[in-house]
Amino acid sequence: MKEKAEQIKSELMSSISSINTLSDLANLKAKYLGKTGVITELTKNMKDLSIDERKEVGQISNILKNEVTEIIENREKEINDAILNEKLKNEVIDITLPSKKIKRGSLHPMTRITEEFEDLFVSMGYTVFEGPEIESDENCFQKLNLPKGHPARDAQDTFYLKDEVENFLLRSQTSTAQVRAMEANVDKGPIRIVCPGKVYRRDEDATHSHQFMQIEGLVIDKDISMADLKGTLETMMKHVLGEKTQVRFRPSYFPFTEPSVEVDVTCFKCGGKGCNLCKQTGWIEVLGAGMVHPDVLTMSGYDPKVYQGFAFGTGLDRMAMFKYGIPDIRTIYGNDIRFINQFDRKDED
Amino acid sequence: MKLSRKFVSDYIDLADNLTIERIADDMTNVGNEYDSAGPLINCTKLVTGEIVECVPHPDSDHLHCLKVNVGKEVLDIVCGAPNVKVGLKVIVALPGATLPGGEIKAGVIRGCTSNGMVCSKAELGLDNKFLVDKDRDGIHELPADTEVGLDAIKVMELDDEVIDFELTSNRGDLLSVLGMAYELGAIYDKPVKDIDLKYSSNSDDVNKEFEVKVETEDCKLFLAKKVKNVTIKESPEFIKNRLIASGIRPINNVVDISNYVMLETGQPLHYYDANRLGKTLIVRNAKEGEKIVTLDNQERTLSSSDIVIANEKETVGLAGVMGGLNTEVEEDTKDIIIESAIFDAIKIRKTSKKILRSEASNRFEKGLDPRRTYMAMERSCALLEKYADAEIVGGLVEVKDLEIEDKVIDITFAKIESVLGIHIDESEIIAIFKRLGFDVEEGKESLHVTVPTRRLDIKIEEDLIEEVGRIYGMDNIVGKSPILDVIRGSYDKTRREIKHKLADLGLNETMSYTLIPNSEVHKFTKDNFTPVTLNDPMSEDRNTLRYSLLYSLKEIYAYNKARNNSDISIFEMGKSFYSENGEYKENLRLAILMAGEFTLGVNKENVDFYHIKGVMEELLYFLGYDGRYSLKIDDSIPCELHPGQSASINVNGTDVGIIGKLHPSVTKDNVYVLEINLTKLLEIRTGSMKFKEISKFPGIVKDVAFIVDNNITSLEVENAISKSAGKLLEKIEIFDLYPNISEGKKSMAYKLTFSDPSKTLSDEEVMEVFNKVISDVENKLNAKLRN
Repeated sequence: MKEKAEQIKSELMSSISSINTLSDLANLKAKYLGKTGVITELTKNMKDLSIDERKEVGQISNILKNEVTEIIENREKEINDAILNEKLKNEVIDITLPSKKIKRGSLHPMTRITEEFEDLFVSMGYTVFEGPEIESDENCFQKLNLPKGHPARDAQDTFYLKDEVENFLLRSQTSTAQVRAMEANVDKGPIRIVCPGKVYRRDEDATHSHQFMQIEGLVIDKDISMADLKGTLETMMKHVLGEKTQVRFRPSYFPFTEPSVEVDVTCFKCGGKGCNLCKQTGWIEVLGAGMVHPDVLTMSGYDPKVYQGFAFGTGLDRMAMFKYGIPDIRTIYGNDIRFINQFDRKDED
Repeated sequence: MKLSRKFVSDYIDLADNLTIERIADDMTNVGNEYDSAGPLINCTKLVTGEIVECVPHPDSDHLHCLKVNVGKEVLDIVCGAPNVKVGLKVIVALPGATLPGGEIKAGVIRGCTSNGMVCSKAELGLDNKFLVDKDRDGIHELPADTEVGLDAIKVMELDDEVIDFELTSNRGDLLSVLGMAYELGAIYDKPVKDIDLKYSSNSDDVNKEFEVKVETEDCKLFLAKKVKNVTIKESPEFIKNRLIASGIRPINNVVDISNYVMLETGQPLHYYDANRLGKTLIVRNAKEGEKIVTLDNQERTLSSSDIVIANEKETVGLAGVMGGLNTEVEEDTKDIIIESAIFDAIKIRKTSKKILRSEASNRFEKGLDPRRTYMAMERSCALLEKYADAEIVGGLVEVKDLEIEDKVIDITFAKIESVLGIHIDESEIIAIFKRLGFDVEEGKESLHVTVPTRRLDIKIEEDLIEEVGRIYGMDNIVGKSPILDVIRGSYDKTRREIKHKLADLGLNETMSYTLIPNSEVHKFTKDNFTPVTLNDPMSEDRNTLRYSLLYSLKEIYAYNKARNNSDISIFEMGKSFYSENGEYKENLRLAILMAGEFTLGVNKENVDFYHIKGVMEELLYFLGYDGRYSLKIDDSIPCELHPGQSASINVNGTDVGIIGKLHPSVTKDNVYVLEINLTKLLEIRTGSMKFKEISKFPGIVKDVAFIVDNNITSLEVENAISKSAGKLLEKIEIFDLYPNISEGKKSMAYKLTFSDPSKTLSDEEVMEVFNKVISDVENKLNAKLRN
C-alpha cells in the first residue's frame, strides 16, 4: 500500500513540472483528486479489508490526498505568478518622464526667521509680545531714557506722523516693547518676553531699508545678571547660526541699558579666521544689549531696588541675510517671486 | 573724533611698541569703537633732496630734467612742476616708493631717465581741505636749511598716526585729547601728565573795561578774558600738523590756538576782535525772526530757542554754533576777548541741527565739564602769550550759576557682583576705580567713589558697575543660564497657522512696505476712514500708511510681470492703519492675489474666480467658519473690482472682506484678489472641535437637474432644495452646469445624498422627499425638471 502511494506521488511530481496552464492543471487535478481519480481508486476496496488494514489504508490515502493537494496548489500559485509577471512586463512605464507637479507655496524668509526665534524663546518660557507699529514718542523714547533733545536720538532718524506736535511716530525700535510689557504687567512681577516686529527709520541703502524687522527680548526678575544675558544670547546665536558660534561682549552705550554691550558673533562665513565679510576680524556685530537702566524700570513702575533685568535687540533682517547669504536688504522687500520661491523647503535642522 | 598720537603723547606715555592698531583695539575693548587707525601720511620711501641741476627737457615745452642729490646718490628725475630750480630742497619719492596715487617706478620719460619723483604736498594724500593752490600746482619747497637724505615725512613733522573714533554719545569727555589720555591711562595703568597753564598777566583788571550780562537760563557759566597786541601769523608746524591730524584746517596762529585748546580740553572757545565787539557782551535768547550774518557769510533767521551773543549795538554770534562776521578775528586784529562758556546742550543741539553741526556744537551738545571751561581759558592765555606774543590783561570776567563739585557715589561689592554676574576681587575693583582717576574711600558697608567732574556720564551705581566691567573686560563675563521659574511660553498660533495653511495651499508669502503714496490709500476699499500720513516723508511715494494691502500686492504683481513672471499666487498678512476720533488704530489684514497658471493637484489651470473662492473657503473652513459665511453682492464692492465678478465676504452677518476680479481699468489681466480684516474675523468665535456620530447606515443618492432662469444663482437652488428636503438630506453637490440651454435659461444638476443616522432608509421614504423637493423647487424658482 505504502509503495503504491509513493509511486503515485512520484508520478505526480515528475509530470507536474510540465504543466504550464491552468486548464492542464485542472485536468491533472481531476485525474488525481476527482471522483474517479487515482486516490479514490485507491480506497475503492476498503470495505473488503480488515479493521486494521482499513485504518492503515485510510491513513495513507489521507496523507497522500493532502500531499497531492498541496503539490497541485503550489503549482497553481506558480502558474498564476508567471501569468501576472508576464502581464506586469507589458505595463512598464518611463519613470524618467516629468512628474505631475503640485504647486508649492512658501513662507517669506522673514516669517521663517521670526518663527525660528519665537520657537526658541517660547521653549524657554518666553511670551511673544506684540505692540503697535504706531507708537508715542513717550513709549518709544522718553520712557526709554531718551528725552527730547537727547543726542542718542541721532542714531535713529524717525518718521513722525502728521500731528501738531511730534508726539506720534512709526516705531524706530522694538525696544518700545520693554515699556509696553512693563506697563501692561499690573502686578509688576517678573517678565519674560520677546517682541518681533516691523520698525521704520529714515534710511535707505544696500544695508538699510526704511522698513525692517527687529526682535527685542526682555527678562525682569530678582536675580538677573550680565552673565545670564550672555548665556541667553549664546543659546540664541547657536540656535540660529550654528553650534560653533561664539559670542563676544564689548562695552557700549544705550540710554535704556546700563551697563550696555555690543554683541559680536564669530563670523559664520570663515568661522572666525578672518574674511571679507567680517573685515578680517573674525567677528560680526549683531546686536545691542545690557541691563535695563534703573530709570527705565522706575518710569514703568518697577522698583529697581527689588528687580533688575536684561534686554537685547537685534535686526532680524540681518539675521536672515547672514543665515541665507542674502547680500542686499532691498532684495528682502523686493518680493521678486524668484526670490520668495527659494524659501519653500524645510531647512536643515 | 580723530586722535593724533603725537598730540595725546603730550599727556600720556605710550610705549613705542604699542602699534596704533593695538591702541585702537584696546580702546574698542573698553567701548570706544574706531573707524580707522593708521599713519597720517600713507607713503613710503620719501626722502629730502636738493636739486643740483635743472635743464629743460629736450623733447617737451614744460618738463625739466633734474639731477637731485638725495644724500647717498644723485638721481636723474624728470619733473613737470613750474617752480623747479637749482638749489631747492624738495621731497623725493625714490623708485619703489608708494604714494596714495600709486607706486613710483624708475623709467624713461620721452627719452630721459627718471629714477623717482619730486613731490608736491598734494601728492602725499592730505585731504584737499588742508591744501592751498601752491600745494597742488607745484613741488613742495622745504626750508633752505633742510639736510638731504632724511626721511621727508619726519622732517615735515607729519610722521604722526591717527585713530578716527566713532564715539558713543554719552562720552563727551572723550572729545578731548585730555579725556583720551585719561581713558588710555585707565587701560594701560599710566598717569596723565599736567597741562601747562602758566602765563603772566599785566596789572590791569579786565572787569574794569569789559562787562558780560547773561540774560538767559541757557547759559550757566560764562568766562571772558582780554589779551592785547597779538601778532597774527602762521602757527608753528606742530600746531598746524596736530590740527590737520585732528581734521581741522589751520588758518592763523590765533584761530588755530582756539581750535587747539578745544581739541586739548574739549571746551569750545570763541575769540572776538575786542575793538569791534565793544565793552559789553550780552548772552540772551534770540528774538523770534531775528537775523544774523554768520562767519560763513550767510544770513540766518533765528527763533527764541536759539542763544545769541550780542554787544550793545547788534547780535555778534550764535552761541555755541558759529560766530558772527562782524566781530571775527582778522589779519589786523590786535586785542581779543576770549569766551569760554557752557550753553544749554539741548538748545545748542536744536540750533545746530537747524543751522550747522560743527566741532564746537558737537561738544556743547554732549555736555561740558565746568572745570575745563576754566582750564581752557588759562590754556588759551598761555598759548597766546607764547605763540602770538599776547599781553594778558589781569582778572577774569565770570558769570556763574552752578556748583562745581565732584560726585560721590556709594556702591557695594555685592551689587557689582549681582549685576555683572561674576566675582571680581575687591582689590581689583578698587584698583580699576583708581586707574580711572576716581578716588575710593572704603566705608563700613559700601565704597564711596568720587567721580571727577569730567565724567558727566557717571551718575548712578550702575554707571560705576559699567566702568568696572569695561576695564575688567566685559567679555570676561562667563555666560550662564538664568535660573527662572518654569513657565509656559506662548505665541499667536492662529496667525502663524493661517500663514502655514496658505503656504500649504500653494501660495507664496510676500512682505512689502507699509508706506505707500497718499494717492493710493483709499483704493481697494469703500470704507470711510482718515488715513495716517507722515510729517516728513522720504518721498511722495512713501508718505502714507497703508489701509488696504491690495495696492502692495498689485504692485508686486506688476513688478513680477515686468520680469516675465505672471504666474503669481501670493498672500501677505500685515497691519492696516487709520485714525479715528484723533486716535490711531491698527488692524491685522490678510490679502491674497492670484493670476496666471495655478496647479491644483495635478491640474494646471488658469486662475479664475472659483480658484480664489476655493482658497477663501479652505481658509474659512480651516478657521472653523464652515457653514457660517456667505458671499454677498452689495454696494460695499470697491470700484477697483469687476462689478460682476466680486462680492463681499460675510461671516455670521458681519462683513469681513472682499473677493473678486480686478477691474479692467486697474489691469487688463485676469487678476483675482481677496482681502480679509483678520482682526474683525477672528473676533467671531467658532467653538471647539467636537466628535460627531458617524451614520452606520448607508445613504441613498439621487440626481436631479433643473432648468432655471439665467439669473438664478446656484445658492438659491441649493437653499430651495435644502429647505424642502429637511433633515434627511445629508449632502448636496452641483455636478453639472449647462448655460444657455434655451433662451435665457440654464440647466443645473445636483447630486443629493439622503441618510438617517438611526436606520437604513427605504427607497419609498427617499422618493417621497425627493418628489417634494422637485415640486417645491419648480414652484419656488419657476424651474422645470430636466428629463
